[in-house]
Amino acid sequence: MSQDPHRSAEMAEITSEPGLEKTQFRYRRLRKYSILLTSLVALTPLIAMTIINIYQYQKALKADMLFPILRQVSNTRHSLSSFIVERQSALELVIREIPFEELRDQERLAGALSHMKESFGGFVDLGIIDSKGDQVSYVGPYNLAGKNYRDQDWFHEVGLRGVHVSDVFMGHRGFPHFVIAVVHGLGEGDYYVLRATIDSDMLYRKILTQNLRPTSDAFLVNKSGILQTPSRFYGAALEQCSIAMPSYSTNSEVVELKDSGGKPYFLSYAYIEDTPFILMETIQPESFMENWLTVRNNLIWFLSISVILILMVIVWGSYHMVGRIREADLKRATVLHQIEYTNKMASIGRVAAGVAHEINNPMAIINENAGMVKDILSVSESFPLRDKMQKHVDSILTSVERCSRITHRLLGFAKRMDPHIEEIDLDQLLKDVLGFIGKEALHRNITVNCEVPGDMPKIKSDKGQLQQVLLNILNNGIEAVGNGGRIDISAEPKGDRRVEITISDDGPGISRNDLDRIFEPFFTTKKEHGTGLGLSITYGIVQKLGGQISVKSSLGAGTSFTVALPIENSAIRG
Amino acid sequence: MSPLRILVVDDEEELVFTLAERLQFRGFDAVGVSSGAEAIRASDAGEFDVVVLDVKMPGMSGLETMQAIKRSRPVTRIILMTGHGSLQDGEEGLALGAFDYLVKPVNIDMLVAKINAAMGTAG
Repeated sequence: MSQDPHRSAEMAEITSEPGLEKTQFRYRRLRKYSILLTSLVALTPLIAMTIINIYQYQKALKADMLFPILRQVSNTRHSLSSFIVERQSALELVIREIPFEELRDQERLAGALSHMKESFGGFVDLGIIDSKGDQVSYVGPYNLAGKNYRDQDWFHEVGLRGVHVSDVFMGHRGFPHFVIAVVHGLGEGDYYVLRATIDSDMLYRKILTQNLRPTSDAFLVNKSGILQTPSRFYGAALEQCSIAMPSYSTNSEVVELKDSGGKPYFLSYAYIEDTPFILMETIQPESFMENWLTVRNNLIWFLSISVILILMVIVWGSYHMVGRIREADLKRATVLHQIEYTNKMASIGRVAAGVAHEINNPMAIINENAGMVKDILSVSESFPLRDKMQKHVDSILTSVERCSRITHRLLGFAKRMDPHIEEIDLDQLLKDVLGFIGKEALHRNITVNCEVPGDMPKIKSDKGQLQQVLLNILNNGIEAVGNGGRIDISAEPKGDRRVEITISDDGPGISRNDLDRIFEPFFTTKKEHGTGLGLSITYGIVQKLGGQISVKSSLGAGTSFTVALPIENSAIRG
Repeated sequence: MSPLRILVVDDEEELVFTLAERLQFRGFDAVGVSSGAEAIRASDAGEFDVVVLDVKMPGMSGLETMQAIKRSRPVTRIILMTGHGSLQDGEEGLALGAFDYLVKPVNIDMLVAKINAAMGTAG
């Protein structure tokens, strides 16, 4: 068809094209924001909750594990403290109950030592030292009788505080022990001291009574960090312990430390009151860590899978949602465009009708006057230029007739028709229409192929007007294709409510600019003849029949018109 | 037999008088007037066989004029002239008692044929 084209449905795409890139950017940005915001809102609480959870869990697990450790250290400290206090009390009892003179007696002192060994254990020797520092009496395995302690620190301390517990030291026989000394006054500022050496192995055995895990350790140190008992991992007795001294506390404490390899462990400690000893217990947190790591790994797994799932849903949702918005926007743009186009056609129609009306009357006057001239000429045989005149008048009358046809069609286009609705067999209708053009098609060797499926539903519409529509489109097609061209007609149902008739040709096609104007009145590409009304009238009729007409074309490949019609014509637009 | 008396009514004077003259040329006793009111007066004064009446006129419309003429002289045959946009007026006119209608610009031969037909049926 010489005028073919893309139309209504296609128009939205054509017109939205210049802003296409901008529009796409807008939707991309919308999608980006939607994903970002939703992710932020959904993931932030989840991640925060998981972190809090991990922290709380860690805290609870630690408390769970540390409580028994603390209790154990407290118990051990208590029993060590009792051990020392017991012996100190025994010494105080001896010094208070047995007079100085009796204690100076070697045998009496030996009796006391033997009693204490029996009752308490751990006592190695016993000595009496007067206020000048001279050991006046001694029983025990060492030869210490007569030794003077006046210049030793512990002697001064015991003089001041009344009692002294010494650090552990290595005795002459090569086993570690410590000293407890108590003072008793003799009146008038004079006093004497009862000094006992105690096997520090007893302390160690006390510590060992608690069941230690293979990776744990327990031992005593003094305030300078010298090991007072042997240890598993930190050296033998009297060696320097590698653990830094913890700060003083009256209670049992637990601190988390790192060893030289950076591995964390717990140190539980307690200062044993009135002694130089500090009880220390170290625990490798492996079992604790094992539990903890499982819990933490589970939590992290859960978090990761949740985050991935949520992100997938969010991304899918955003794509889906933005896609829907985009579709809706496009649909709205198309509808707006169609409304705009329909309005434009309607107003052009009104203007055209007005113009046609106004022109029709002067046209009638010209007609009558030219007719009059013709009438006069017909009786004036002697008129010299009669034949020439006759020719010109005929030309005027022919032109009036042509004008009349134009105004007739224009008014027809604008006219409000009352369609006459009847049931139509499309196959039969197409055959009728093809009957009109068959001769010309045959003459010009144009192949016309018409395919209508057997189950094509009958439609309710105006037969005459539909014939007019199809004829207009077919005539366009026949004019468009050259000799030997081809026209395909097909009809098919679209869903339950519509049918589509498509008429395609293999003509030269229509440029996009022409396509946009193809249904406008007076738009024509046929230079010699053609009023430019055919397709605009076709468009008007299809609209009135409640259908749509659209057109697609590509230059060089041909053009195809599609007329969509309702099967039940309930909404004929008059 | 005396010629048929024809009254042509149209608000376009140039049209109405030319048309009347052309009918005279064809042997009718034709008179032209340019309004509905004049048409009614003319119809009452002279006994016209056929009135050729434009539908669209300022003041009194063609259909109103037709109804007035029909009231005073029911035997008068009326042929209406309509514009293209008002075929419906023509149909309406038929319903109201017009004999026939023509679309402007009228073809004189067709008009003559319709006048003859009108009188033929009238006997």
